[in-house]
Amino acid sequence: MRREDPGLYDYLPYYGRPKLTWPGGAHLAFWCAPNIEHYELDPPLNPSRTPWPRPVPDVLNYAWRDYGNRVGIWRMMAAMDRYGVRGSISLNVAVCDHFPDIAAACRERGWEFFSHGVYNTRYTYNMSEEQERAVIEDVKASIRKWSGQELAGWLAPALTLTERSMDLLAEAGITYTLDLFHDDQPLPVNVRRGRLISVPYSLEINDFTSLFQGNATPRDYTDAIKAQFDRLYLEGAESGQVMCLPLHPFLIGQPHRMKQFEAALEYVTSHDKVWFATGREIAAYYLEHYYDTFAAAIAQRRGRHA
Amino acid sequence: MRLPESYFDYPFRRPGMDHERYAYSNLFQRKPVAWPGGARIALWIVPTLEFFPLDMAPKAVKPSGGLERPFPDYWNYTLRDYGNRVGFARIFRALERRGLKASVAMSSRLAERYPHVLEEVNRLGFELVGHGRDMHHIHATGVPRESEREWVEGSLSSLRTLSGQPVKGWYSPAYSESSHTLDLVAAAGCDYVCDWVNDDMPYALGTEAGPLYAMPHGYEISDLQLFHFYKYKPAQFVEQVMDHFDLLDREAVTSGARIVALSLRPWISGVPHRIAAIEQVLDRMGERAGVWSATGAEILAAWKAQQ
Repeated sequence: MRREDPGLYDYLPYYGRPKLTWPGGAHLAFWCAPNIEHYELDPPLNPSRTPWPRPVPDVLNYAWRDYGNRVGIWRMMAAMDRYGVRGSISLNVAVCDHFPDIAAACRERGWEFFSHGVYNTRYTYNMSEEQERAVIEDVKASIRKWSGQELAGWLAPALTLTERSMDLLAEAGITYTLDLFHDDQPLPVNVRRGRLISVPYSLEINDFTSLFQGNATPRDYTDAIKAQFDRLYLEGAESGQVMCLPLHPFLIGQPHRMKQFEAALEYVTSHDKVWFATGREIAAYYLEHYYDTFAAAIAQRRGRHA
Repeated sequence: MRLPESYFDYPFRRPGMDHERYAYSNLFQRKPVAWPGGARIALWIVPTLEFFPLDMAPKAVKPSGGLERPFPDYWNYTLRDYGNRVGFARIFRALERRGLKASVAMSSRLAERYPHVLEEVNRLGFELVGHGRDMHHIHATGVPRESEREWVEGSLSSLRTLSGQPVKGWYSPAYSESSHTLDLVAAAGCDYVCDWVNDDMPYALGTEAGPLYAMPHGYEISDLQLFHFYKYKPAQFVEQVMDHFDLLDREAVTSGARIVALSLRPWISGVPHRIAAIEQVLDRMGERAGVWSATGAEILAAWKAQQ
């Protein structure tokens, strides 16, 4: 039986929430999430989604994405190093097996590794509960092996989920999901057992939706990043906000986009009331200091409207 | 619901690519190369002249610019034909006036139908690159290998006979390949292909007939991508192409000489309201020191000599 809503969160008015204060009194927790992906040339078929727009081998689209791992990531990483911005990588864990140098470069920088599934061409659709759990365990073990980190965050591979995904993530000890776009602040997610929060990712300030699907010029994109930043920074004086900059090295790492990417990093890093964090740090801070407060505010409102 | 257990098999999950065509390589860990005269940038201009037959039928791979309206689609046929009558002449003149070289990718049917275009290619000393028979003959899975062999050999032999050029470069129509294309193209005597857009420098592809080299074809800054798909205005095209050039020019100082490839279609770039943007880009690059205008064959030869 399909639901008419996800049932994963309750309504909480935007204004009048408990005040959220980030470490150091920052207005904004800023985090950067490069998607480190591999799309297989000839993946097995999932009945709900065709992997490539053209028949296999889709040389054009495969190679375009492969550019990210051969070329784009190294340029993107150098620019982030220059501005001292750490990454939290949305990782198809098989990338570590295929390209250990990429895993090593991210590990050496102290970047966070979080899950984006095994490959971007293995979709969660139609998995049984047991199969979905097995993938979570595979990813946890891979991330432990390649980074020494305990997996904390999850962005579903190609943003493909089942209705069970959030419960299974919480049961596996994962603390934050990036697949919900209902809010600008972290919020509790309703799960069967354990605690899971949603942390804002972005499908607006995302190079894929903006530059690629939205035909934005790099200048348009940087203007949008600045405008997003300015507004959240302003509102953050009232209560702490989160801004995520999601990236794809095959897009942002192209030569014709680097100048504007650097301009965006330059702009963001020139502000002082910003906490440059990783997804894990934002989630941990919220869980420790605000989960109960927000859960209570939601429960109180639920009680009032019951 | 449950997926077959084979969905969780990962046969290629190990170091390297998930196929045998080429090896993984980080661009920034390769031996730096230098171009003749100490140039930092090799400027590779690739005008692409394509024949879109009026009777082309829809296929699994739709070429950009293909005829999709009900027969007879004069709208699209004549717009593409405009490029091969008027647009290419504007682009060629812009190149000639600046003394620039080019590699012209051409459908063999176009060379057969429009001898004037081929004469112009030879008169200007441009390199000819095989671009299949026409935009209806798309190399893709589903085409029998023997048919594909005829398309590759037939189109190359036609271009070679008509032009007197050796024709060593190949660009598959619509960047589309079957799993046999590279083997067939190498066996037909080609040295390089333009279909793999995963690098900024050449690299080796393995084939049944020995190595073939992938040349970086500038897909992201092609007129197809910037004008046709991203819908950029001419001034935005100039900004992006020059940002691309500037970044690679700067990178060349520390990481070795680079290639700026300008892939142009006459039905897009050769129209009156866009040609000035192309000229502006050529002028700006021309003003810069350290630019080597060369054909694909010349760039590849210089690169290979340093491997």
